[in-house]
Amino acid sequence: SKTREILTTDIDDLFTSNKKTEELLEEIEERLITSDIGIQTTMELMENLSKKSSKISNANQLKTALRQEIISLFNTPSPTQEKISAKPHIVMVVGVNGVGKTTTIGKLAAKAAAEDKKVLIAAADTFRAAAVEQLTIWADRAGADIVKHRENADPAAVAYDSVEAATARGKDIVFVDTAGRLHTKVNLMEELKKIRRAMTKTIPDAPHEVLLVLDATTGQNALSQAQMFNDALGVTGIALTKLDGTARGGIVVSICNTLNIPLKYIGIGEQIEDLQEFDPAQFVDALF
Amino acid sequence: MFDNLSNRLDSVFKKLKGHGKLTEKNIEDGLKEVRMALLEADVHYKVVKKFIGDIKERSLGQEVTKSLTPGQQVIKIVNDELTKLMGDSHEELKLSGTLPIPVMLVGLQGSGKTTTAGKLAVLLRKRGRKPYLVPADVYRPAAIDQLKKLGVQLDVPVFPSDAKADPVQICQKALVAGQKEGCDTLLIDTAGRLHVDEELMSELCRIRDKVKPSDILLVADAMTGQDAVNIAKSFNDTLDIGGVILTKMDGDARGGAALSIKSVTGKPIKFIGVGEKLNELEPFHPDRMASSILGMGDVLTFIEKA
Ligand SMILES: Nc1nc2c(ncn2[C@@H]2O[C@H](COP(=O)(O)OP(=O)(O)OP(=O)(O)O)[C@@H](O)[C@H]2O)c(=O)[nH]1
Ligand SMILES: Nc1nc2c(ncn2[C@@H]2O[C@H](COP(=O)(O)OP(=O)(O)OP(=O)(O)O)[C@@H](O)[C@H]2O)c(=O)[nH]1
Ligand SMILES: [Mg+2]
Ligand SMILES: [Mg+2]
Repeated sequence: SKTREILTTDIDDLFTSNKKTEELLEEIEERLITSDIGIQTTMELMENLSKKSSKISNANQLKTALRQEIISLFNTPSPTQEKISAKPHIVMVVGVNGVGKTTTIGKLAAKAAAEDKKVLIAAADTFRAAAVEQLTIWADRAGADIVKHRENADPAAVAYDSVEAATARGKDIVFVDTAGRLHTKVNLMEELKKIRRAMTKTIPDAPHEVLLVLDATTGQNALSQAQMFNDALGVTGIALTKLDGTARGGIVVSICNTLNIPLKYIGIGEQIEDLQEFDPAQFVDALF
Repeated sequence: MFDNLSNRLDSVFKKLKGHGKLTEKNIEDGLKEVRMALLEADVHYKVVKKFIGDIKERSLGQEVTKSLTPGQQVIKIVNDELTKLMGDSHEELKLSGTLPIPVMLVGLQGSGKTTTAGKLAVLLRKRGRKPYLVPADVYRPAAIDQLKKLGVQLDVPVFPSDAKADPVQICQKALVAGQKEGCDTLLIDTAGRLHVDEELMSELCRIRDKVKPSDILLVADAMTGQDAVNIAKSFNDTLDIGGVILTKMDGDARGGAALSIKSVTGKPIKFIGVGEKLNELEPFHPDRMASSILGMGDVLTFIEKA
């Protein structure tokens, strides 16, 4: 991408202009912080870099060192495809308001359908105006079934019915859409637990995945989001949306590192195909 | 490690114990803590740099008063400057010209435009105006439905947009329809778009040029990180916005984006969104925003009294 080119040139320039290490490290610090990596992680990275700086004499070495440092923070498990053994496999999708939960479900459903899986979508956001209509359009696009109740119905009841329906209809995978909620709202976080409990009535180990959707435009607050959703539900994976803009979503580095949750998908647009599996090397490339 | 800024500053200034002048050295130590607090709050790197420079100049040689610790003294200076930067007082919507007066809501995807359109309708009606909701988002699935439902909930008329129509034409037709409905203010809800999407940004210009809005409001999420400067700058450069509405202030985000946006555009933050319900919109208070960014509401009330 264009951003990447500019960034690469910049770092190369730093060296050809013969700047002192101090200045250089400051520019790197700026680059890290403006990527939303956060001050604490930046300081740790800078400290590790300064220790190595005597061994670094050109842009390539510096970039390689930084890349390695950051990639090591992702702590990603080996890329062997996780086996999906449960049928139906239940994926509960959660996150704060407007991050892209519903859209990501549409994309994931399409991906699963393309792999010949039988998909069901649960419209457990019964709160936001036209949330069900929006999800219905996505279900149609993806060729998935949808279970929905009337507006303002109990979301736990929708989740329960969806799991029942999926079992009865022999579905392979279920995506449960939930209403956006700020992680600080205790009663709304309790509601999520209630939704989860409703599903265990039919399938004791449901949901098999809890996918937290984060918006790449979000700054340091994403860490607080991840912590609190994780405390409430046990998050098993993260989807980072809106990486098609100029935000670089650096806060996920700290999140994956401190909470040990894998980043699974990235959203790169509003269309159904705009979802990719996360690749740490590519992600770090976009940072530098 | 990032506990209260006040505690951190107090430990930096322990040696001073409430006497003497603020010297260059101890200000520098203190400002390091302030700098970290601002970055933690998502204020943009460059904005922080300039701000810290300005503060340093102001703090040098100031007497440390008996009633405040040096740490508190620095906080007071920082807080005063922050508040000043945020704007002097609450600025109102600009509503002037021939009726019906159009107001445009613009911003990134999911920032809260549609919900805020509903909230503004509530506010305007309370003030005796007759709002007309105009859905001009033909892209997001069910976006028109969403605003229609808010209109029904509120009993506010909504222009019957067609998702197959051109957004510019929708807005032009809505001007005429709104007048027929006896409405005096048009609230135009536009589709979310990235500031780097040239095609969609130019669509906003075409709408603006046709309907000549009295106010253009950038709706931005309070949780936005460092990118806030790029977003705000692009929208302002393209549209010359009239102000900003900061949404989702009901969480635990410190809202440093507010400072970034203000310093890069110079445009006032007019309202804040504090919940999903349609009455949860409040006027913006610069002083409260400053203490939120510093992450220290309680300490400030104490310092203010000193
Ligand atoms: N540019 C871009 N936009 C996205 C992406 N993912 C989602 N969006 C847009 O973000 C907006 C919000 O998406 P939704 O899927 O409705 O978000 P949500 O989390 O379900 O929202 P709530 O249910 O209201 O909490 C929509 O306009 C989407 O088109 C992405 O990867 N890139
Ligand atoms: N907690 C909270 N949620 C809000 C606030 N304002 C909006 N929201 C929520 O944020 C989500 C997105 O709001 P929308 O109004 O659909 O956002 P939008 O900008 O119109 O989104 P697009 O049209 O997809 O670009 C919804 O779940 C809203 O309920 C607020 O002040 N506080
Ligand atoms: Mg949704
Ligand atoms: Mg909208």
